[in-house]
Amino acid sequence: MTNWIQATELENIPILGSRVFRSGEQEIAIFRTRDDRVFALHNTCPHEGGVLSEGIVHGHQVTCPLHNWVISLEDGEAQGADEGQTACFEVQVRQGIVYINL
Amino acid sequence: MKKLVLIGNGMAGVKTLEELLKVTDEKFDITVFGSEPHGNYNRIMLSPVLADEKTIDEIMINDLDWYTDNNITLHTDSTITHIDRSSKTVVDDKSNSYDYDKLLIATGSNPFILPIEGHDLEGVIGFRDIADVDQMIDAAKNHKNATVIGGGLLGLEAANGLIKQGMNTTVVHLSEDLMDMQLDSTASQMLLLSLRQKGMQFKLKTQTQRLIAGNSGRVEKIEFSDGSTIDTDLVVMAVGIRPNIELAQKSGIHCEKGIVVNDAMQAFESSIYAVGECVQHRDRCYGLVAPLFEQARVCASHIAECNTGLYEGSITSTKLKVTGVDLFSAGNFSGTGASEDLVFQDASRGVYKKIVIDSGKIVGSVLYGDTTDGAWYFQLMKNGDNIEDMRDRLLFGQAYAGDSAYGSTDMTASMDDSAEICGCNGVCKGEIVNAINTGGLSTLAEVRAQTKASSSCGSCTGLVEQLITSTLGVEYSGSPKKEPQCGCTEYSKQEVHDFVFQNGADFDTVFMAFAAMGWNNADGCHLCRPALNYYLLAANPSYKDDAQSRFINERAHGNIQKDGTYSVIPRMWGGVTTPDELRVIADVADKYNVSTVKVTGGQRIDLLGIVKEDLPKVWSDLNSGGLVSGHAYGKALRTVKTCVGSDWCRFGTQDSMAMGTRLERMTWGSWMPHKFKMGVSGCPRNCAEATIKDFGVVAVQSGWELHIAGNGGIKVRITDLLTRVDSEEEVIEYAGAYIQLYREEAFYLERTAPWVERMGLSFVKQRLVEDGENRKALHARFLVSQQNSQNDPWQQRVEGAEAHQFEIITQS
Repeated sequence: MTNWIQATELENIPILGSRVFRSGEQEIAIFRTRDDRVFALHNTCPHEGGVLSEGIVHGHQVTCPLHNWVISLEDGEAQGADEGQTACFEVQVRQGIVYINL
Repeated sequence: MKKLVLIGNGMAGVKTLEELLKVTDEKFDITVFGSEPHGNYNRIMLSPVLADEKTIDEIMINDLDWYTDNNITLHTDSTITHIDRSSKTVVDDKSNSYDYDKLLIATGSNPFILPIEGHDLEGVIGFRDIADVDQMIDAAKNHKNATVIGGGLLGLEAANGLIKQGMNTTVVHLSEDLMDMQLDSTASQMLLLSLRQKGMQFKLKTQTQRLIAGNSGRVEKIEFSDGSTIDTDLVVMAVGIRPNIELAQKSGIHCEKGIVVNDAMQAFESSIYAVGECVQHRDRCYGLVAPLFEQARVCASHIAECNTGLYEGSITSTKLKVTGVDLFSAGNFSGTGASEDLVFQDASRGVYKKIVIDSGKIVGSVLYGDTTDGAWYFQLMKNGDNIEDMRDRLLFGQAYAGDSAYGSTDMTASMDDSAEICGCNGVCKGEIVNAINTGGLSTLAEVRAQTKASSSCGSCTGLVEQLITSTLGVEYSGSPKKEPQCGCTEYSKQEVHDFVFQNGADFDTVFMAFAAMGWNNADGCHLCRPALNYYLLAANPSYKDDAQSRFINERAHGNIQKDGTYSVIPRMWGGVTTPDELRVIADVADKYNVSTVKVTGGQRIDLLGIVKEDLPKVWSDLNSGGLVSGHAYGKALRTVKTCVGSDWCRFGTQDSMAMGTRLERMTWGSWMPHKFKMGVSGCPRNCAEATIKDFGVVAVQSGWELHIAGNGGIKVRITDLLTRVDSEEEVIEYAGAYIQLYREEAFYLERTAPWVERMGLSFVKQRLVEDGENRKALHARFLVSQQNSQNDPWQQRVEGAEAHQFEIITQS
């Protein structure tokens, strides 16, 4: 089932940075990488609930600010020896507008 | 498949096989011959077996299954009697012959048996293998008196075991001092005293003449050169070992004291290798385990034809395995004409430490009673580290030397598996050891990645390194290779730091610096990006700070808390405030429902529980009341703590509040490798606790004392006295210069305490105290960099900077 929502304009998201998108109770982190791809994850680290949007973005990964877990932006999977996964969402960018499939 | 034959199923030979299995995928068809009926056991642990502290099972290194699992054919109870080099075969005592392509000889050593009358009687043995231990245990069941000839390491361990087995035991020794090859006279006398208390008896300065048989043919008496005798039912000869080279000699392999090998552990010809106690390398034979393991590693790499590294000889150390007697010895413990001794002696506690120093380096040490720092002294000696900077504390051990590691190898060795090593991530000893063993980990970085131990605050790094050392044995020698900055590069922290400071002007972004150094990841990672961003800031005053390369606290200018809210701490100059400021803070706390208002350790007020979207409004309100950011979240100047000083205090000698305020006004806003705290006390009573600060100022009647590199955190460190100055101006100049030196020389995330320990106090003194021109230049550079950094980040954000940080997009 698809439920594409218009989130924000691409230029509102800093490169290697993020924005928080709130939909009802749900908080989603939208990341923009240096190769200008956009990804969206549930804004909670699978470890102890750290706020992923506050992390440092590098490659297609983000490092959680609480305990340095590295989370893949592509599938929400914890990298390295850590195990866990956070939900991820499909993203499309059309004419400078970011859409998320909730 | 190539055939490898190992003669000798002992520690050195089998260790070589283990190393070989590690380094090569090329399969050898391996056959092992051992004269004993066992798998491979830890020969150095025979003493604890004799003393009933361990069982044979516990000292097995490789049981028979290990050989099966690795497709190694093991012939126990099988002695090779001949090597035919021309046909490349070995022949065993049952006349079977076996081909080899490569031959490894590890026949070990034999106990030296004194060629005196009666040496071949029943009841006269050496102390070498499980059979000897069995004989001793047997003798103890049926007989009363035992004599050990030789008061060296092995002899004393044997005697200790025999006493534990209930025998009345006398040690006969040629010299006056026990273990005279390893101990000086003082330590030797202390050892004698404590062994006597354990019931060991001695005949010192005594030579054995002959052994006399009783009616049964078993030894009954031992006679000495002075004609005296004592009754004995068992004689253990422990006067030394001789390399077991009979087979090699007979087969025409070149031997002197031992089988002569080159640095690749090759004997006589290229297909024959030798390792262990049977070997003579550069005129030395070794009888301790650590060198054998080093030889094994080199030998394996050459057998596998990886040919990595050469064996260049070993520096050895000794520990005595007698429960309740702690003794350590290494290097040249008696000194040379030019050397000096550092000695600590406490007779009633039974502690003696002697460190021999030559040209600022440790060349030998003897420890008795407290050997916890033996491994550390040994490492310093092997590294050839200069110890002048910690000379005054050296004897008190690593814990007082200000090294980042706590305690010693013994500390982790004695811990339970359930003992918590890493308090931040809750990792216990058992998990780490298990991860090292099952995951084949060998570096600190691997252990950090796998277990998370030492990956947070890092205070347990020393303990984790000890666990790696003790789990891997000699395979881990501190930092064998340089530890890279992070996974993105091979360069070390020092190399990265130096490169950026030398070429900083060429790079506008961290990514340009990454590219110039050939980083693996174009974006870097959460470890290297903040580091390089800082280095570029410090190296090049016109570099534009990159917010996305900063940790969230420095991006949001607040401290993120575990629930995702932030804390806000306004600056209070020198810890002094006013009723107006307090009213503003109280109003903010009311207006934004601040749930906790806390007075911090740095003499300011913390407002906790503020949601991120409110931060700009909170800052705006604080700004309008004259309050600015306290940088309580940053790798930056934090607080300057003061006491009231001569303004009010009847003891005060100088105006510490004014001095603290002045220091804070000069230094606030400066980015540093790590957080930086100062303190100013108005008299030597030091109420501002200035001597645990990064920079501490203590007023005295005649001026000011300047102290550096203190720390009140994870590991408390008292400051070192840098110098004394007369005027306020000098305090200011030294403070700026010291901070700039730290900014330019320290690694990112290195506090001043470990930094000064790494560089040495003399380095700082030389740059700041002895070289006045350099001090002025550093201070001037600091002031230049401050011109760009003393902007209140709160005010900038109130005015709209980085607004996206603080706004949430809501679904419309």
